Amino acid sequence: MNFGLPAEPELGTTVLGPDDIQRALTRIAHEIVERAKGAADVVLLGVPTRGVPLAQRLAQRLAAIDAGFDPAAALGELDVTMYRDDLHRNPTRTIGVTRLPASGIDGRVVVLVDDVLFSGRTIRAALDAISDLGRPRAVRLACLVDRGHRELPIRPDFVGKNLPTSAAEHVQVRLAEIDGEDAVVISGRGGVDAGEER
Amino acid sequence: MRHLLSAADLSREDAIRLLDTAAQMAATQSREIKKLPTLRGRTVVNLFFEDSTRTRISFETAAKRLSADVINFSAKGSSVSKGESLKDTALTLHSMGADAVVVRHWASGAPYQLAHSGWLGTVDSPVAVLNAGDGTHQHPTQALLDAFTIRRHLVGRAGGAGRDGVGKDLTGLKVAIVGDVLHSRVARSNVNLLHTLGAEVTLVAPPTLLPVGVESWTCATSYDLDATLTGWCPDAVMMLRVQRERMSGGSGAFLPSPQEYSRRYGLDKRRLGALPDHAIVMHPGPMNRGLEISAQAADSDRSVIVEQVANGVAVRMAALYLLLAGGSSAEGTSL
Repeated sequence: MNFGLPAEPELGTTVLGPDDIQRALTRIAHEIVERAKGAADVVLLGVPTRGVPLAQRLAQRLAAIDAGFDPAAALGELDVTMYRDDLHRNPTRTIGVTRLPASGIDGRVVVLVDDVLFSGRTIRAALDAISDLGRPRAVRLACLVDRGHRELPIRPDFVGKNLPTSAAEHVQVRLAEIDGEDAVVISGRGGVDAGEER
Repeated sequence: MRHLLSAADLSREDAIRLLDTAAQMAATQSREIKKLPTLRGRTVVNLFFEDSTRTRISFETAAKRLSADVINFSAKGSSVSKGESLKDTALTLHSMGADAVVVRHWASGAPYQLAHSGWLGTVDSPVAVLNAGDGTHQHPTQALLDAFTIRRHLVGRAGGAGRDGVGKDLTGLKVAIVGDVLHSRVARSNVNLLHTLGAEVTLVAPPTLLPVGVESWTCATSYDLDATLTGWCPDAVMMLRVQRERMSGGSGAFLPSPQEYSRRYGLDKRRLGALPDHAIVMHPGPMNRGLEISAQAADSDRSVIVEQVANGVAVRMAALYLLLAGGSSAEGTSL
């Protein structure tokens, strides 16, 4: 990864800049607290790769809103590789880390955090993974970008930006922690780039 | 690579990928619900031509934890005892729709033959063959679980790398493998894999229990256990079982007496005390207590023998995942 280096020139349109992403996350954090009537029961689970830093950023904001919220005790990551329905159609995927807060997720309000919501299949896998890990009081979904084209009856509770796209386009979320900059980029409008299958 | 036949076939990257996957599998095995849906609908056949309890149970557990269907086929009381050939057994399994065959055979090379003969699978629906021990040749999943256990203890915890040493190899570690090397496929696989991962290996055995040609292996040899323990200071000591059933002339053909073997090559309380403080004691099992390992050594807190069994399930889950989960047409099964 080009950590700290300037990002390589991207052929595409930047639809969200660093400030837009910060504002969207701040708004989502407030919506989470409002919906859960406080942040006490909230557990944030980031879906690798880019859901993990997004969940960390949301946790910092929740702590700023509600002083009783402990980011260390309410933050985790959830790898869904072994629950995917497309394993057999792709080359073998590397399994990521699943890490839950020490207190577990039973009875809590779990907020799944992902970067782009597309077909909904990743979230379907995440829901199955959660049911094997415990029984939360509720599961909610936060995503930075909802690009449509759902293939399953799944909808987000908290959205950074709704981004109408064609299925041939490629939506890329770039985050400072991983890519060295904050941006949401759409590319492949001509249908050259098939886009990441999600 | 579509099969797991020999530890010598694994590159450093393959081996680390397997161990890292095993670390994630091990993490799932501490949960309340241990079963994962990953291999739902796939069929794994355990084809055992030789007695085995722990390896078969370990493979069976691993496959079931990944939701695969498991069929156990042992030679005793089956068509094999009526004289069926390996080829006909393979054709039968193929027509039953097996996706993977875990094979243990008394003949070295039987898994290779199964994998490369064309008896199993077609180009469109290949069948993965996993070697669960063949003759005195290879036992790759045992070597992988040993490497996993060593990495977890000596790279992850003591080495301060954290997270069970994920992503790391075994560079700089010293492993002594003691005992019946001649008949041991575990020793052969471990010499291959530990060398690939950057560890140094010394084989310690009486001259009669070292194979001809051992000087060409990627390891050192010694006839003197005490000198190796005190002079070389190994980080891990792996005791091998004295395989009396393979010593055709009775133990007398290779050893003057079990007592003499135990005195010169057994890991007793005194030798345990001579080990460095961080060193771990391993044994692939089943143990002959009082012969190659004393009860004090087997039950001491240095001993990771029980943990090796648990790690075996995680490593076999990783092998099954990497060989079976990916698409059959996708040319990416990079194990």
